[in-house]
Amino acid sequence: MSLEGLDEGAELPELRVTPDKYLPNRYAGASGDFNPIHIDPEFARQVGLPGVILHGLYSMALVARAHTHAVGGDPRSLARLRVQFRGMGMPEQEIVIQTKVVERTEHGAITRSEATQGENRIIRNGEGELRA
Amino acid sequence: MPVSTEAVGKSFPATQYEVGREKIREYASAVGETSPVHHDLEAARAAGFRALVAPPMFCVVYSAPAVGAAILDPDVGIDFAAMVHGGQEFEWGEPVCAGDLITSSAKVVEISERRGMGFYVFESESHNDRGERVVRGTWTNIVRGVS
Repeated sequence: MSLEGLDEGAELPELRVTPDKYLPNRYAGASGDFNPIHIDPEFARQVGLPGVILHGLYSMALVARAHTHAVGGDPRSLARLRVQFRGMGMPEQEIVIQTKVVERTEHGAITRSEATQGENRIIRNGEGELRA
Repeated sequence: MPVSTEAVGKSFPATQYEVGREKIREYASAVGETSPVHHDLEAARAAGFRALVAPPMFCVVYSAPAVGAAILDPDVGIDFAAMVHGGQEFEWGEPVCAGDLITSSAKVVEISERRGMGFYVFESESHNDRGERVVRGTWTNIVRGVS
């Protein structure tokens, strides 16, 4: 894998994804996480949410994809990823993922990333490590 | 109710997960992974993988059963209705391919209380059937209103 062009300060291609209404159901099935706050609108409202919310690990998977796709799609290129989940993500709203190289190391690159829906930062302080 | 830290250090029984080709495709499609190595066996082999390869974040599929048991353990004492996923870290080793048998274990590494919130940190480790580590995870869950 080549990390060519990923010098300190370089931005990885921005990823924009709008999860459809039923995405949380498909992600629940794919991941095995059937917490009702992600799939049952009535339950979600009963616990004070505006509606079903996205799985945090789904949003993290988008951040992971932004990393691997920036270097050609090889899953071995992502060595490490750490995120903090903050504002809740909602289906049917565009997610924008921005990632920047903050350091080049001997065998890789350290990144910082953020995932937002409008003003709402659903993932912040993302720190990743790409390896060549 | 203040948090109890008695469960810190507690380990949970290992779980096993056999990785299936269609499960990789299903997961990859759900998260929008279009890279052919996750869908097309020939593309995966051409890229040097022994079988269809999973995206890195597929680790949640095979390590969640071990971590789930830890989160739901009565000794840990999480109020599930008040819990949110606060943070997550994964460190990947060998790639995971269809046909791999993955063994995962989990333990409680930290329980603490700050500003009326309980912080519960779990660590998981998963190995393939050749004994190689495929991922290590640190899962942080936050419970509101603990004091």
